[in-house]
Amino acid sequence: MAITEENPGYKWVGTRPIRPDGLEKVTGKAQFGADLMLPGMLFGKVVRSPHAHARIISIDTTAAEAMVGVKAVITGSDFPDLAANGAHPSEIDVANNTIAREKVLYEGHVVAAVAATTREQAEAAAKAVEVTYEILPHVLTVDEAMADDAPLLHEGMITKGVDPAPEEASNVASKILHERGDLDQGFGEADVVVEREFTTKPVHQGYIEPHAAVADANSDGRAHIWCSSQGHFQMRAYSASVLGISPGMLKVTAAEIGGGFGGKTVIYLEPLAVRLSQRAGRPVKLVMDRDEVFRATGPTSGTRIKVKMGVAKDGKITAAEVWMAYEAGAYAGSPVGAAGMTAIACYDIPNFVVEGYDVVCNKPRVAAYRAPGAPMAAFAVESVLDELARDIGMDPIDIRLANAAVEGTQASYGPKFPRIGFVETLEAIKDHPNYTADLGPNQGRGIAAGFWFNAGMMSSATVHINENGTATVVTGSPDIGGSRQSMALMAAEELGIPYESIKAVVADTETVGFNDVTGGSRVTLATGAAVVDACRLIIEDLRARAAKTWDVELDQVEWVDGQAQHVEGAQPPLSMKDLAAKSGRTGGPISANASLNSRGVGAGFSTQLCDVEVDPETGVTRVVRYLTAQDAGRAISPDYVEGQMQGGVVQGIGWALSEEYIHDSDGVMENPGFLDYRIPVASDLPMIDCAIVEVPNPAHPYGVRGVGEVGIVPPMAAVGNAINDALDVRMTDLPMSPVKVLEALNEQRD
Amino acid sequence: MARTHVTTVVNGDETEFLTDDSTSLLNALRDEVGLTGAKEGCGTGDCGACSVMVDDKVTCACLVFAPEVDGSTILTVEGLADSGELHPLQQCFLEGAALQCGICTPGFLISAKALLDKNPDPTETEIRYALAGNLCRCTGYDKIIRAVQEAAREMRDQ
Amino acid sequence: MKYVAPSSVEEATSLLSSSPSAQVFAGATDVVPQMRAGRPAPEVLVDLKKIEELVAVANDGDKWTVGAATPTANLTEDPAFSEEFPGLAEAAGLIGSDQIQNRSSLGGNLCNGSPAADSVPAMVVNGARAVVAGPNGTRVLDVAEVVTGPGQTSLAADEFIVEFEIDRIPARTGDAYLRMIPRTEMDIAVVGAGARITLAEDGSIEHAALALAAVAPTVVRVPDAEAALVGNTADDETLSAVADAASEACDPIDDKRGTVAYRKQVAGVLAKRAVLIAIERAQQRNGTN
Repeated sequence: MAITEENPGYKWVGTRPIRPDGLEKVTGKAQFGADLMLPGMLFGKVVRSPHAHARIISIDTTAAEAMVGVKAVITGSDFPDLAANGAHPSEIDVANNTIAREKVLYEGHVVAAVAATTREQAEAAAKAVEVTYEILPHVLTVDEAMADDAPLLHEGMITKGVDPAPEEASNVASKILHERGDLDQGFGEADVVVEREFTTKPVHQGYIEPHAAVADANSDGRAHIWCSSQGHFQMRAYSASVLGISPGMLKVTAAEIGGGFGGKTVIYLEPLAVRLSQRAGRPVKLVMDRDEVFRATGPTSGTRIKVKMGVAKDGKITAAEVWMAYEAGAYAGSPVGAAGMTAIACYDIPNFVVEGYDVVCNKPRVAAYRAPGAPMAAFAVESVLDELARDIGMDPIDIRLANAAVEGTQASYGPKFPRIGFVETLEAIKDHPNYTADLGPNQGRGIAAGFWFNAGMMSSATVHINENGTATVVTGSPDIGGSRQSMALMAAEELGIPYESIKAVVADTETVGFNDVTGGSRVTLATGAAVVDACRLIIEDLRARAAKTWDVELDQVEWVDGQAQHVEGAQPPLSMKDLAAKSGRTGGPISANASLNSRGVGAGFSTQLCDVEVDPETGVTRVVRYLTAQDAGRAISPDYVEGQMQGGVVQGIGWALSEEYIHDSDGVMENPGFLDYRIPVASDLPMIDCAIVEVPNPAHPYGVRGVGEVGIVPPMAAVGNAINDALDVRMTDLPMSPVKVLEALNEQRD
Repeated sequence: MARTHVTTVVNGDETEFLTDDSTSLLNALRDEVGLTGAKEGCGTGDCGACSVMVDDKVTCACLVFAPEVDGSTILTVEGLADSGELHPLQQCFLEGAALQCGICTPGFLISAKALLDKNPDPTETEIRYALAGNLCRCTGYDKIIRAVQEAAREMRDQ
Repeated sequence: MKYVAPSSVEEATSLLSSSPSAQVFAGATDVVPQMRAGRPAPEVLVDLKKIEELVAVANDGDKWTVGAATPTANLTEDPAFSEEFPGLAEAAGLIGSDQIQNRSSLGGNLCNGSPAADSVPAMVVNGARAVVAGPNGTRVLDVAEVVTGPGQTSLAADEFIVEFEIDRIPARTGDAYLRMIPRTEMDIAVVGAGARITLAEDGSIEHAALALAAVAPTVVRVPDAEAALVGNTADDETLSAVADAASEACDPIDDKRGTVAYRKQVAGVLAKRAVLIAIERAQQRNGTN
């Protein structure tokens, strides 16, 4: 077969071997966040606010401190006042979210923490901490928070992004705006205009591993933290900031991480564990209960989104107007910015206005969740587009093809797209047998598309050649879904040695150069590029050593199939093993580091096809068939590319049908467990069919695009469009629960 | 308070430990016996990450009080491989990429073993319902179901 | 908290009498989550599973006896029991995952007092009786009389259920249980409906029982639906009357799992469907046991 862009003739890239960390994970040996035990270790417990919004009048820890086994009790006053130190507002927010000072801003907000010799003692002591609150009125949704007379979370919050700046404080942290062309003209050219309003609830990342951290502080001020996170360098930076110390005082070791999906890019427990350990003089372990995970971590935003779009009869979108308000939770920083940039990015639209608001409310501070902000916007836009296609009698794939962004299209958020694979994902759906499979009674078919930027950012890698010619690949990117396999595959391809000869590991903050978080679908792209760079440095070194050994010029030596060869065959080849064995005589150990700030991120697109069956008498929707097509650029590790695609889809199905935060009127979460926060179970689902599209990213040595996130963008609209196809009801409020579907069907019958 | 002495057989080894009566079997296994393969994902029996076999029945170790297992035989994920040779389920999970983060994997392996012990030739639907008590947030279950199907096939052929 | 595991009913009753805050449990599948949610732990926790008759399933020819602490998996995996009471076996089999099934019990499902307990409507329509032990010996009461409100039972603090008695099913009789949950597993019923139908020789309905879960403070019977069925066949008019009566019998609440309107409407749907399944099963069971 010819070596082409589609078939580059790779030996390892694109294969499906067993992952490097697999054996530990199927035998129970892998150490996750809560698994570490240290001699003399204490158990900690966090004290949380039962109120959604309250002023802390006093905290009395004397009873707790006097209890048997209790070694330390800390409150907000045990941490420095960052505002007084002139810290950046975002750092102050992180610190205040970690442990409250004057006010608690949501139910579950930390007010104190204890450490004791047993779990039971720690739990009893936590209950004995007496906090006196003055309860304040609260706001739970964007509507409540944006109301004229709404109680304020932050008394000095002036909306950013509005010119001139408002004089009065509000709960709106910022406004974003993207516009192009002339809306009136665009809508004037439309043959059909559809306008709808959508709402979504906060949803949680739902990782199965609760947050956990162990800290061991020394009397010299240094401390060692073990935690499961998506970025131990980030944990170090945030923890140092909250503790008011230099990052170099902290060493952070990445435990295996039991799922994150964005929710473990932020700190909760780490600085608390360090301070408790310092006060107690012993190691301290803090582990959240599941209800704490729900009440106080994640989630992503609840939203209200209005979309108005117009199309001409030929299917061309003439104008789009999008208004969106995203809940940030207790502190500024909802993903409305990304939502605004992604909402209509799949399409080339001449006239649009996209306006968004970041709104604080008395719920836990939102954290990143897989393509943060994009899924809710896509739910709205892709639902309206489906309706427009129906109104003009056009196939839902064809209307998307008629407007699809391609190479050179000016993206709605500014830059021109380089080579992208959106059209190819649409075609992959159309070419798949699922597209024309027969539908039964009460079944329907829906299509939706999604876009995500993907991130690049900073990564470092070190490659060591061992004395027998095997290699160790060291990175600092926590492996959340198989990235050690991708690193090892790329290193094997570069070095020309077997995958099995390579061990890929994730090192602590003192053992490898800086790495940004495992997030933004960036690790295979950016950390992978650092690994490739390091491997290429190794090969340069090996060629030089071979040249020295043979006493020839460097250009007489090439690296082929894992060995140094003389270009004219004048010398017998030197294998990696030979060169490693002789390293002492040719310059010492063979090792290379590479660090980079990645450029040339490859944008990700996904198109999905969903078949549902709706019970018209109960409103219950079941997904009966699902297909996802996604541009991976190049699938280094197809098993785990499919895993990301399938996992993203199923999270989206949960978001579509059954997941939501439910709060009572006091702002207390009513469903802080997996019983009533309903993530999909195995019996809810069919197999998730995957079509990996490979349109290589020209800026990456292997053409990699990030694959982790975009898969969660289309499912809600795909499911909603399928429900509409089945029974002709347009669902605009997530989740599309049986109660809501039956209500919609009842209205239709009336 | 005096602690309770519990005698069990864990993964084939006679094992004794001391526990508070209110301690769960899960915490006793993790803190007292030192077997951290079973995980706590919820503590309420909703996620299955703590699945272990007690007297050949799969159960959530978080819902069992540690003193209950006095005299019982317990199997955890650490006991699934036989003298270093992986159980077919472990091998098929590895080969089929049926794990991403791996936190739910020990529980899935135990539940799948319980299913195949009872039903060596389950349908896809039977597998899905038998594993409904084990939550996975990474994989969408697809590759897990396929790995169990493959392991069942191999075990039938043996 | 102290754990004790008596080996006889007498030992258990004397433990309960001597320590007022003692609590019995079987599988702890409700007890543990409740304790984790903040309910105070009892001073003494009495494990009933080590008492032989509490984990036994037997058929003496006239009736089945099911130990109150018997894991529901033992019932669903008992071919004779499941054949005779498929509706009750299915209801018992809906209580949680396989992991839960090896711990959950009919006694626990009932005495937890949840209006949404799946096995209760199925026991009620089959006329199950609870044998209750206390300091003065045993007494027998209908399952429908045990629960008096959410989390409340008519049992005294020193009483517990030893076993359930269920008369052998008559000829031409079938039972069924259906529930509505948002997912396919692992949820609490939003609405549940249990039905049992006995057909006359001519195929008309001779006897009908219908009970609903999760639509009122306790499981409710629907006498109007039962009356509409008796003497008729399952024609559209009758089924429509059944659905209306079921909706009418509901006294639900709006909560995180469903609304009043939804529960009423779907109670009618499930009642109708459960009746149809029970009739089909009754038709298949022409002979006697």
